[in-house]
Amino acid sequence: MLKIKNLSFDVQSEGQNKEIIKDISIEVPDGKLFVITGPNGGGKSTLAKLIAGIEKPTSGQIIFNDTDITDMSITDRAKLGIGFAFQQPVRFKGIQVLDLIRIASGKELSITEVCSYLSKVGLCAAEYINREVNSSLSGGELKRIEIATVLARGSLLTVFDEPEAGIDLWSFSNLIEVFERQRREIKDRSILIISHQERILNIADEIIVLKNGVLETKGTKDEVLPALMGTSSAVKECRGVNN
Amino acid sequence: MDLNNIQKYLLKEIADITEVPQGAYNIRSDSQSIGRQSTENVEITPKEGVSGLDIFIKPNVKDETVHIPVVMTKSGLKEEVYNDFFIGDNAQVLIVAGCGIDNCGAHDSQHDGIHRFYVGKNAKVKYVEKHYGSGDGAGKRILNPVTEVYAEEGSTVEMEMVQIKGVDDTTRTTVAELKKGASMVVRERLMTHEEQQAFSVYTVNLNGKDANADIVSRGVARDNSFQKLDLKIVGNAECKGHTECDSIIMDNGKILAVPALEANDVDASLVHEAAIGKIAGEQLIKLMTLGLTEAEAEEQIINGFLR
Repeated sequence: MLKIKNLSFDVQSEGQNKEIIKDISIEVPDGKLFVITGPNGGGKSTLAKLIAGIEKPTSGQIIFNDTDITDMSITDRAKLGIGFAFQQPVRFKGIQVLDLIRIASGKELSITEVCSYLSKVGLCAAEYINREVNSSLSGGELKRIEIATVLARGSLLTVFDEPEAGIDLWSFSNLIEVFERQRREIKDRSILIISHQERILNIADEIIVLKNGVLETKGTKDEVLPALMGTSSAVKECRGVNN
Repeated sequence: MDLNNIQKYLLKEIADITEVPQGAYNIRSDSQSIGRQSTENVEITPKEGVSGLDIFIKPNVKDETVHIPVVMTKSGLKEEVYNDFFIGDNAQVLIVAGCGIDNCGAHDSQHDGIHRFYVGKNAKVKYVEKHYGSGDGAGKRILNPVTEVYAEEGSTVEMEMVQIKGVDDTTRTTVAELKKGASMVVRERLMTHEEQQAFSVYTVNLNGKDANADIVSRGVARDNSFQKLDLKIVGNAECKGHTECDSIIMDNGKILAVPALEANDVDASLVHEAAIGKIAGEQLIKLMTLGLTEAEAEEQIINGFLR
């Protein structure tokens, strides 16, 4: 599905070259759920943005289903089948939930079909379908709508950037259920989640730990998770849900 | 009433009608009334001496509708039209106006519509006005609407004022006088492109206790176009007023927003907001991750913003 080869990403900060991602190689096969964890500032979100095309790497290659997408635009990657759920969902004046889900699906979905995506993320569809995706919605509501758009998109590979960030506890429990269901229904699709949450790490096929831009550890959940317990890379849901 | 294709598509754009509307109506095309109908509760009569209509809506009526769209299809026409609405106490009415100009010629076409609303006590009026220009002639499409509202006690006026596209030059002037407990809500949407310019001037006077106004203007200025938004609320009593200019600039567009408040009573509570900026990069990125190109994403964002 996804092959990341020797990927590096540098930025210029105060006249200095700063390496955010250093020579990372990862392979995500079809039908797998990968979780990337690690301390804050370790490069996780940057890696997610490099995969979606929001940032361009300094060196290295990204291959998606045998196509080199390293220099492809965000749009072309989306069309090939890469989905991306933002850590901080974007607000739009005037665009309604219904519009956004229809855009995501690329089809003129019926109201019933749109409602089914909202129900999957625990929103009462009738209340939300004509709401504008603007600041009248709470962080938790926006996050769930963001997840609903990604579900409607139905990408081959979906990247979730810290889905737990900025949401309340109730939304978080609901979110875990969404991912558990996604995990059960994964088929040949793949999911990549950036997260510190123990419950999300628990449903991973493989866990990757990024630290200071370097791939520190990777392996199956059983190999990697025990050593992470009690660290900032695997927190319980009562901590960090409002970070 | 036979309509040609240009008339039909202009009417569709400005009044969303494809056939003779229900209720009372007057359809004006190239300076002539081509269809008019009064109803039991709404009387439309032509003015004498000047061009225009007197429209009387009886007191206590409910769910009445009045359509008075204007289309211009001949290049070089200039007209000034006075329409006065007399809305009876407790009446509830939807009024759909709007003007579409198709100018394929070399001469300017201009429609200056002066609409005066005398809104009776506790009446409820919804007014929808859409402006649209088309045609590839060098002559300009010019619209200078003047809207005057005189709202009696407890009445409610809701106005949707939209300039869809294609209007080269416009000065939009709205003046309102609100008595005790009267309420006015305005949602203006302005889109300018190419070399167009738009001036929008509001002066809303809150003269009675508990009068309130909420005036929101959203604009998009593309290409080399220019917009000036001059929104003023005057509080002359214990009242509430809010005015907001919210604009997107693109290309070489320019916008000058001048929200203004004047409080002449210590219990007047007035707020203004203004924001101008380009489309947020993160909005474009989000829609591009959903498979839209940058241009498609821009269109979606603007269409939503001007909805």
